[in-house]
Amino acid sequence: MCLGVPGKVLAIDGMVATVDFFGVKKELRLDIVDEPVTVGDYVLNHVGYAIRRIPPEEVQETLALFEQILDITGAREDLMAMDVQGEIAAGRAKA
Amino acid sequence: MAKDLTQELKFRDPAKARALAEAMQRNLDAIGREVSVMHVCGSHEQAIARFGLRAVLPRQLQLIMGPGCPVCVTDGPEVDEAVALAGMGVHVCTYGDMLRLPGTSRSLADAQADGGKVHVVYSVDQAVELARAHPAEEVVFFASGFETTAVATAAAALAQPPKNFSILSVHKYVPAAMDLVAQSKQTKIEGFIAAGHAAIITGWAIFEPFAQKTNTPVVVAGFEPLDVLASIVKLTDLIRERKAEVFNAYPRCVTREGSQPAQRVLWKVFEARSGKWRGIAEVPEGNLDLRPEFAHLDARKRFRIDTGAVRDEAASGLEAECICGTIMMGLASPHDCTLFGKACVPESPVGACMVSSEGTCRIWHTYGGAPDLRGVGLPASSEG
Amino acid sequence: MEKLVQKIGLKHGSGGRAMRQLIEEVFLELASPVDGIGLSALDDGAALRIGDQWLVVTTDSHVVHPIFFPGGDIGRISVSGTVNDLAMMGATEPMGLTCAVILEDGFPRADLERIRDSMKATALEAGAPFVTGDTKVVGRGDADGIFINTTGVALTRRVVTDAGLRAGDLLIITGTIGDHGMAIMSKRHDLGLQGDLRSDVAPINGLIRAALAAGGDDVVAMKDPTRGGVAGSLHEMAAKGKVGVLIDEQAVPVRDEVRAAGDMLGIDPLLVANEGKAVIGVRAASAGKVLAALRAHPLGRDAAIFARALGERPGAVILDTGLGKRLLAEPEGELLPRIC
Repeated sequence: MCLGVPGKVLAIDGMVATVDFFGVKKELRLDIVDEPVTVGDYVLNHVGYAIRRIPPEEVQETLALFEQILDITGAREDLMAMDVQGEIAAGRAKA
Repeated sequence: MAKDLTQELKFRDPAKARALAEAMQRNLDAIGREVSVMHVCGSHEQAIARFGLRAVLPRQLQLIMGPGCPVCVTDGPEVDEAVALAGMGVHVCTYGDMLRLPGTSRSLADAQADGGKVHVVYSVDQAVELARAHPAEEVVFFASGFETTAVATAAAALAQPPKNFSILSVHKYVPAAMDLVAQSKQTKIEGFIAAGHAAIITGWAIFEPFAQKTNTPVVVAGFEPLDVLASIVKLTDLIRERKAEVFNAYPRCVTREGSQPAQRVLWKVFEARSGKWRGIAEVPEGNLDLRPEFAHLDARKRFRIDTGAVRDEAASGLEAECICGTIMMGLASPHDCTLFGKACVPESPVGACMVSSEGTCRIWHTYGGAPDLRGVGLPASSEG
Repeated sequence: MEKLVQKIGLKHGSGGRAMRQLIEEVFLELASPVDGIGLSALDDGAALRIGDQWLVVTTDSHVVHPIFFPGGDIGRISVSGTVNDLAMMGATEPMGLTCAVILEDGFPRADLERIRDSMKATALEAGAPFVTGDTKVVGRGDADGIFINTTGVALTRRVVTDAGLRAGDLLIITGTIGDHGMAIMSKRHDLGLQGDLRSDVAPINGLIRAALAAGGDDVVAMKDPTRGGVAGSLHEMAAKGKVGVLIDEQAVPVRDEVRAAGDMLGIDPLLVANEGKAVIGVRAASAGKVLAALRAHPLGRDAAIFARALGERPGAVILDTGLGKRLLAEPEGELLPRIC
């Protein structure tokens, strides 16, 4: 329902950030972003507003999650997998 | 040739996608029967369609598009209000999605063709700038979208817009769409993919009461191909294990609590009220209306909007026959509808399913059914 | 059954299904049999037999807004569009162009001269001489600044249509897609995008000449993907050739700027207009030769084989995204930035 595109913050001037979308740049407003943003951060753009600062470590976390989902499904009967599931649950509670 | 973030970060890796599709198949085999799941987000349908993901889903899995497109569910009489305003000589700014959306008889594109001052904008700020540039003229922002988009409208409302700027809100609220589905007595849906970008604002915990009430698992998903596929794998895991819980498969953007600054801004300006969704029903808390404190920015209060001249009463009669809601629940197909392809066509849609290019009725009308492309062009060609 | 529309809308001019339907419903009445390719073929132009050669005739009206945009202007488009339409029929040596201009009362002379200079430079580039013209002025509000119509004529020994695809043929795009339409959209809607979004408008008759020299009779179908984009061209080629077309999305050349703007605005570059590109259908055996010839030309450096014709699903255009497949719909109406 809402197009969101990630980009990298190049500069900040008050409530306005210049963001690189890997081909074009655009100024985004920072009025409603969830956390303070600094140069070099990734943010998600929706209708000209940054709606989320994307912490790089959480990008890695999502990728790791895919691996875990695959592992669990591939080795469902494996008891080891149950441990991993427990870890995901723990990770989720933390999130 | 492009090297954007998403590709760099391997959210579109075909090998991983195949592995996820195989995992999905194994889950479906283990479940051993047909399973229907629903996503409640138009952008998920866009991502699924754009990347051709339906062609890799297991045959036993039915993926249904729920009432998740805020443009499609905007009701005809709401569009009539914007068309009437354009007819009064007021500047009407709106997102590109809304321009061709028909009211009961006319769209803003029609109003524009008749000389109405209708502008397509990418951001609410462009509407505010237009108002600043023409202080003697009235500028109305016809504001559509779910809470993700409403937050931007709210931010503009709080940033001291000029006096000649006002808002005609047709913003919709996602949790209301979920409740609508939950209340349907007759449903075969066993799991839900929840809207990732709305959840950025509200947080994923908002879906927990829903999961409990419906005894159905919910997975919050992002919009890259691997996000969508991994979410469906996870959802089928939960279905197989009969766990009615909420799982956040989009942790890089969604947290449990959501964005506090955005929620503050949203609820300062808007309140959730009951409203009619096109072809579906009266939805409690389905619409986001401006709070009374913002009456000075509310186009409905500022203008006497008379839709009489642009309203087609016969359209309301037709709407009574529309079975969009049932089709969205996966309980009927477009051919069960008496209006389909006759009174309801893409040029003059009655229900939401015919409005969106990804709507079930629209796809059936364009392609004569749901196309199955799994085998096309095989064996694989060798050219670049 | 769709009811007949009683009023013309903007969608009837945007190169998609609505426009084709309007032409079929209204203008096909005018078609009469000719020795060659006439109006009823609904191709880029007509081809009339003259001895052992063909006289190719094409006409095009240009109404672009804004009239000056990054990478070009209405003058350059008006020459390129007509030269390219001739080239798409196999006629790459224009004999003459006409120029008919409709001006709105009050149009600045300086702008007109700037447009004239651009037309002159582009005609020189294409080797196409202007041979006659016409000027009209209408009242304020009766036209939007300036409209330009150009007609072109050329002789050729072999006509290439847009209907020649057979199963097994390969399709080449002569360069990056979506550049023109995205540049115009960014400017028209004042989207505040910073970056090198510029139109690809150019006469490509020289490029096509190189392709025809390399491929000869194995070049079987051509179309310039202007309004309606590559998707629109492929729909026409698939329908007229009674083949399916399968696109390999990964092979489609798109500049980063266009891809990024498309992602942000929710617009697929395959639907976006080009003004200096061609889709060329080639028998598979000659595809390599033609591709090499195109890449050797300055306007064809990014050329790529990006699709093939199938014996199954006649009329359908299918996109293989690398992750799955989908039907690529025909564009309907003006492309607009989306939020969802």
